[in-house]
Amino acid sequence: MTDPSDTAEKGDTAGKGDTGAGAPPFLEVRDLRVRFTTDDGVVRAVDGMNFSLQRGQTLGIVGESGSGKSVTSLAIMGLHRRGRRVAIDGQILLDGEDLVTAPAARVRELRGRRMAMIFQDPLSSMHPQFTVGEQIVDAYQVHNKVSKAAARNRAAELLELVGIPEPRRRLDDYPHHFSGGMRQRAMIAMALSCDPELLIADEPTTALDVTVQAQILDLMRTLQKEFNSAIIIITHELGVVAEISHDVLVMYAGQVMEHGPVEQVFAAAEHPYTWGLLQSITRLDHQLETRLHTIPGTPPSLINVPPGCPFHPRCAYRDVAGPATGTVRPELALTGPGHRVACHLPVAERRRLFREKVTPTL
Amino acid sequence: MNKTRLDKTEALGEPTQPADATEQAGAAGQRRAIDPADELVRLTDVEKLFPVKRGTLLQRTVGAVRAVDGVSFSIARGETLGLVGESGSGKSTLGRLISRLVEPTGGSIVFDGTDISHVSTRRMRPLRRDIQMIFQDPYSSLNPRHTIGSIVAAPLRVQGLAGRGELRGRVRELLEQVGLNPEHYNRYPNEFSGGQRQRIGIARALATRPKLIIADEPVSALDVSIRAQIINLLDDLRSELGLTFLFIAHDLSMVRHISDRVAVMYLGQIIELADRTSLYEGALHPYSHALLSAVPIPDPSSQRRRERIILRDEVPSPLRPPAACRFHPRCWKAQDVCRSEAPPLVEHQPGHLAACHFSEKRSVV
Repeated sequence: MTDPSDTAEKGDTAGKGDTGAGAPPFLEVRDLRVRFTTDDGVVRAVDGMNFSLQRGQTLGIVGESGSGKSVTSLAIMGLHRRGRRVAIDGQILLDGEDLVTAPAARVRELRGRRMAMIFQDPLSSMHPQFTVGEQIVDAYQVHNKVSKAAARNRAAELLELVGIPEPRRRLDDYPHHFSGGMRQRAMIAMALSCDPELLIADEPTTALDVTVQAQILDLMRTLQKEFNSAIIIITHELGVVAEISHDVLVMYAGQVMEHGPVEQVFAAAEHPYTWGLLQSITRLDHQLETRLHTIPGTPPSLINVPPGCPFHPRCAYRDVAGPATGTVRPELALTGPGHRVACHLPVAERRRLFREKVTPTL
Repeated sequence: MNKTRLDKTEALGEPTQPADATEQAGAAGQRRAIDPADELVRLTDVEKLFPVKRGTLLQRTVGAVRAVDGVSFSIARGETLGLVGESGSGKSTLGRLISRLVEPTGGSIVFDGTDISHVSTRRMRPLRRDIQMIFQDPYSSLNPRHTIGSIVAAPLRVQGLAGRGELRGRVRELLEQVGLNPEHYNRYPNEFSGGQRQRIGIARALATRPKLIIADEPVSALDVSIRAQIINLLDDLRSELGLTFLFIAHDLSMVRHISDRVAVMYLGQIIELADRTSLYEGALHPYSHALLSAVPIPDPSSQRRRERIILRDEVPSPLRPPAACRFHPRCWKAQDVCRSEAPPLVEHQPGHLAACHFSEKRSVV
């Protein structure tokens, strides 16, 4: 660990440099680890994750399949069935209350009331045999002692809020009567039924067409302004993150590679994996390239995560970073205001490489 | 309406011969821009209706989904034509019509000089070796019980293209060509990642040395870093083997990267067709503007400055498409004429066709 940035603040104190300095973060995740025991070995799905989030802010978590982004969100929501096969360590502090050690009943109470989740595929996350109205009414009545009629009024209000035309009539429709975009809106309406302060959206627009995606992202932005909720959006689409997030967190093999304000990370990324992601996408706003840049190889199995920096076998700059990259895990260290990077490359070298090698290829 | 329109606008743009195209542009509407000798596929007024039936015993037809409705265009040899549109636009059905997995209910499809619109399955079989498909989902398009060797060899066996002796050698060659280890011949699909499986699918498509490959969303199920690898592979194969591609996708930035020309579909019809530069730098149809402006750009600062067109509602049901211009209920430019008269697909500039009463050149990116 001879990284010059060592002098900077360490990742363990995550969040200090984040937005809204002063106020304690609404959500704080400290050294979160989620392990699954399988017949093939232990899957380290999330391996030491730190971040924090304020009310009214959106954090985008990006990563490829198997990077641990969905496992993180399920852990926050308390949706992993703890037991012999699943182990969760670390702290998840929601407004100061630790969800990891809280009893299941308490987490269930918070889920829906203070935090809610939107899934990628609303068809498989809504019950096909109940009308959309019944499902929203149910969700609302679990947390609020109100009459069925009052809950139904609330459900209609919610459908209207998320832009579903003729909300009263649509309450009696089944999920399959809704189009993909409308179903996603209904799902958002259900998630919003108890005015959650934390909303986690796991690939909320991946199954949707681009024009509908634009509508849904617009809706999420409007709702956030109205409710001042904290939002975590999980996606593999960098464009979506750029559009809706304040902060972005890049995950690879269950670990955080880079985390910071979107403007900073997109304009001055410091991790070679982030560079690879930025380089490998096609962009409408840039000149056509004859050939796409690729990241060689494939993401590792979470049972056999490479030692040292998990990205080193695919990293183009591993020789520059020195031998430590294959043996010592780099710490997530602050390199700028709210900007943290886990990389063995010296900070100056990273900035030079980004300027000279990466920027021209973007 | 369709008939009269299409008679006039049979001709299509030809990007590889700009001189010709300009010359012919004068005789607007009455010519074919692609030299017939260069034309690999030609669609004329192609239509596919899927009947909607009610009742279990005595089924009666109660309506029809107009999945593809009066589509005409050509694909030149060696060209890559991108086909974009949202779900329900009929782009996949169009791909399946050209590969004759489904039969058109109207119009004609000519492939390499042969009218294949209504040929029997038996007569289609020898033609299948010339038209191959790559599918979206690398998980469900490979039989999990077959080794990858036998998957890739299947088209060769069915077509009788390789004897027992040569089969193995040819399959190894194919696996190598798509960047897989030929030693993995005897492995099963579940031993491969999504990207590798898509390579297997590509090797299978290449086995019969096809002239045309129809790729239906070939990378949308893959991770970002793997997508680029597969797109580069398709690029290489295209230039090495001189393949012609119909590249169906909803990702407009990917389509821009790979296509020579791009067709935009909406509710079963082509509403704009142009070479890539004209489309991406000066689209004419409002729907194309909306589509392009909806693509998120991975740059937070330019994203915020960018003008966004957020369309109302969603694509209407192809069971009851709106009358006249099908886009009019969602269009911010719609006037009375759009509700009463369908705009013909006409050439506005050489090789750049659009179907809109109020088309206007606009760059939205």
